[in-house]
Amino acid sequence: MNGLDELYRDVILDHFKSPRGKGILHDATIIAEGKNPLCGDELTLYVTLDGERIVQLRWDGHGCALCMASASMLAESMTQQPLDTVQHMAQAVLDMMHGAALPTHLRMGDIEVMEGVKKFPVRIKCVLLPWTTLQEGMKHHDAHTAQHVSFSY
Amino acid sequence: MPFDIRAIRRDFPILQTTVRGKPLVYLDNAATSQTPQCVIDALTHYYAQSNANIHRGLHYLAEQATLAYEETRKRVATFIGARSSREVIFTRNATEALNLVAQSYGRATLQPGDEILLTEMEHHSNLIPWQLIAKERGAVLRFIPVVATGALDLSRIDTLIGPRTKIVAFTMLSNVMGTITPVRELIQRAHAVGAVAVIDAAQGAAHRPLSVAEFDCDFLAFSAHKMCGPTGVGILYGKAEHLEQMPPFLGGGEMIHTVELTHSTWAEIPHKFEAGTPNIADVIAFRVALDYLATIGMDKIWAHEEQLTRYAAQRLAAMKKVTIYGPGLEDLRDAVIAFNVKGIHPHDVSQALDFEGVAIRAGHHCCQPLMRRLGVAATNRASIAFYNTFEEIDLFISALERTQQFFGVAS
Repeated sequence: MNGLDELYRDVILDHFKSPRGKGILHDATIIAEGKNPLCGDELTLYVTLDGERIVQLRWDGHGCALCMASASMLAESMTQQPLDTVQHMAQAVLDMMHGAALPTHLRMGDIEVMEGVKKFPVRIKCVLLPWTTLQEGMKHHDAHTAQHVSFSY
Repeated sequence: MPFDIRAIRRDFPILQTTVRGKPLVYLDNAATSQTPQCVIDALTHYYAQSNANIHRGLHYLAEQATLAYEETRKRVATFIGARSSREVIFTRNATEALNLVAQSYGRATLQPGDEILLTEMEHHSNLIPWQLIAKERGAVLRFIPVVATGALDLSRIDTLIGPRTKIVAFTMLSNVMGTITPVRELIQRAHAVGAVAVIDAAQGAAHRPLSVAEFDCDFLAFSAHKMCGPTGVGILYGKAEHLEQMPPFLGGGEMIHTVELTHSTWAEIPHKFEAGTPNIADVIAFRVALDYLATIGMDKIWAHEEQLTRYAAQRLAAMKKVTIYGPGLEDLRDAVIAFNVKGIHPHDVSQALDFEGVAIRAGHHCCQPLMRRLGVAATNRASIAFYNTFEEIDLFISALERTQQFFGVAS
């Protein structure tokens, strides 16, 4: 369709139709729920940590194609990352959607194709919901106890 | 005058434009309607030739502007069948009109334990004002439930309305499902227990002939911009006997009779409720919009829209993986259709349609409680005006089919 494939690039549609890392972790160290009540996007991130490293990350939820694809990209790029890198990556995605270039020293994975979405301002939050949810989850992270965080974007 | 759709469409400059290289198919009329050239001309004419503040100046322009402003008030009174133009108050929008009733009538009359009866399908503009005043006065909100077909469930109405009920406020026409509510019956039920009836006609006034005298409602609110008028003008109709008793809503210039340093007396109605310089230009241009609608005929508008809505609902219902909310195909439905496409979020649907020049709305439509009742977070909404055509419905449906193919959920 005319112009539509510029917004919904093939990589995005692929993540939407075949989401990576979708599911639930029963032994998660961090469970973070994020939702955007205005459009109904909702997702929960399940993260297991080993010390200062993400061992596994799964997500579950429902929402628009951009939000779901973004969550899939997040899951794919975060596994086995040290926590300080995770923080940098999440911040880099937020900055990218507000106009900054992605830092070259981070391996960001497919999320860079989402840069085109910033031309559609009302959809920026759809892309960011998984990443801000992860940031919220990490913010309240305490290495000794499992955390369950909910927030509304 | 025959209903000439081609001539009507030529009256609207925006309907000749393209969006992203495609002819505009505007199906977001429940959000706001488009503006005919005659209304645009009236605005330009006002600023070019008769701009002045009203009700104060003794010069020629002030006189002309005042006359034109008050002429709209008379025109509105005729259009809605009010007994007198004193019963017509100009506000910013229907929302402000409903807030006026809640803040003035509600605050002056509600006692702790009194009840306000609403419905589950109200727009937030006919819900939040009542939440605010109920909390302040210790009043209780009650709700007429909505059933799966989008109709109000009146089977338990006797348990919902009683001697404690002081205000019954409801929409004429659901802005989500196109449901037409039993206005006369509800007004009679309200009056039978001594309550006042407040009608939200923000959608209804744009689509159907209405008469406040025939309804015998106490208050009725609507917006100019949903009926070919400019933005920034709302109308509150209120029975004079209520308006005369009610305290002012906003204070300031224009609404006073005499002012002392510590107290004041109020102007007569309707001016008591119009503090400050009003939206003069847009009110004046709204008269032209009402003349325009009257020339076409609200009955002909309703007849054309009814056919179009039925056709659009049938086309949607024939698609696989499409769910329509509210009235069934055989039920009465007015101008608004909410639907979802399985596997595609409403925001993705409306974004995809936009690339085809088709404008619809996606979201909760300022009806979050109704969305929960329907069991969805959001829906798509196509809403029709008298200047829409059957060809436009076909373009909308074929764009929707391509959207399904694009996202891999083809029918």
